[in-house]
Amino acid sequence: MKLLVRLRPIAFIAILLALWQIAIDLHPIHILPSPWQTLGGIAYLIHHKLLLKYIVASLFRVTWGFALAVVLAVPLGLTIGWYRRAEMAFNPIIQLLRPISPLAWIPIAILWFGVGDLAAIFLIFLGCFFPLLLTSINAVQNVPAVYIDAGRNFGLTPTQLVRRVLYPAVVPQLIVGLRITLGIAWLVVVAAEMIAVDSGLGFLIVDARNAGNRYDLVVAGMVIIGVIGLGLDLAMRSLEQVKSFRWGYAEE
Amino acid sequence: MPYTMSFTEDTTPTTTATKLSVDHVNMTFTRDGKATPVLEDINLEVREGEFICLLGPSGCGKSTLLNTMAGFLQPTSGAIRIDGEPVTGPDARRIFVFQERGVFPWLTVEGNIGFGLSKLPREERARRIAHYIRMVGLEGFEQSYPNELSGGMKQRLEVARALAVNPDMLFLDEPFGALDSITRLVMRGELLRIWEAERKTIIFVTHDIDEAVQLADRVVVLNSRPASIQQIVEIDIPHPRSLSDPRYLELRDGIFQQIGLAHKV
Repeated sequence: MKLLVRLRPIAFIAILLALWQIAIDLHPIHILPSPWQTLGGIAYLIHHKLLLKYIVASLFRVTWGFALAVVLAVPLGLTIGWYRRAEMAFNPIIQLLRPISPLAWIPIAILWFGVGDLAAIFLIFLGCFFPLLLTSINAVQNVPAVYIDAGRNFGLTPTQLVRRVLYPAVVPQLIVGLRITLGIAWLVVVAAEMIAVDSGLGFLIVDARNAGNRYDLVVAGMVIIGVIGLGLDLAMRSLEQVKSFRWGYAEE
Repeated sequence: MPYTMSFTEDTTPTTTATKLSVDHVNMTFTRDGKATPVLEDINLEVREGEFICLLGPSGCGKSTLLNTMAGFLQPTSGAIRIDGEPVTGPDARRIFVFQERGVFPWLTVEGNIGFGLSKLPREERARRIAHYIRMVGLEGFEQSYPNELSGGMKQRLEVARALAVNPDMLFLDEPFGALDSITRLVMRGELLRIWEAERKTIIFVTHDIDEAVQLADRVVVLNSRPASIQQIVEIDIPHPRSLSDPRYLELRDGIFQQIGLAHKV
């Protein structure tokens, strides 16, 4: 029974693919490649040793942009959240910059960093920075005062209080923020690669279209992006299963 | 008691030294330019090893008084002294027990009890954790997280965490308020057992008259908003107290009348 339940989503996808294939076989029009052609596209990419290269290029940019944002935004957000005055000072500028899509920064990114990895990493960094900053600020502000009071009561120094109370208390919320942000990073990298670089999965899609209307490669690229995005999300989700974090999700 | 171990301090239960003195304490909260008096001229002396209940209706300011004694709040005027020294902030020698909400959900039962013991050598730490787990009856739950425990177990865990650092005072803020009435009765018995074994000075806030009369050496009855001391009732019944003892009923009904409640439903 359990196996059947687990197979259900896979079976559903298989049915959809079959319908897609049948529909295109019955009406061979050229608005979409068939699943079979898409598979052929993936095989083509593997054969020409492009698939791994492009995946690595995209993941490389995401890793750097995301990691930079984590390293800067999380400590900054935790600090701002801790000091009410800092929050009042920073809040207007954060709220002003936050709604600007990272894609609007593309011209500036190219102007500053030229066409290449740095520009793409910068765009991903921007896309991750503000959501992470806000998550961190909120996470600190949501820590129940009773934990802080209890920590102080046991004679903790400010450093110990941060390490032994504040940090563990915010981790569950931070993990949710990290998961969502990694998803954003994966969205932004594709857009950034369409303009700012000449490798990666975003570049693959734009290049396949421009260099000969290879829509089989376009859809192949899209499928790979989806699969990797799912993998990243599942990896982040597994963090939420860690026992000492799980209390934070009890009510979800 | 079977639980006397070498590290528990040998305090004589008959001592009469003053542990805590509250001297003309006033407290006023100011919000939006409006001043609200919360505590009014509170004077109280608590002896070493004494069990005091602060009794008053919800929102009367008794928690504020407790927080002031524990050093989380500073009084607007007046002085609070413990062992003759003015209270300037929270201190690991006096632990505040919140309603079960105070346990750290990211730590196991063992981790919570050991929270205040990080300076001890590992063996001593493990010994104390084991001792207090046994004392509050959480054997078998050492590796459980608080969200796997019932309300009563969480409350016992928090008391154990407080006792583990061997404080000389405990402040309890309606610790059993969130529990069902059966668990609450059991917990009162547990607390008295622990108090008789360790003889900490306990300040216990409650709005439950029965609870106060069952537990305390003296019940401090507070007026509402601003809180001031209406009366201090000495409960001169030895433990264990029978809930049908005429003296118990007399004292309890006296407080009911004092508060202005006819003892009828």
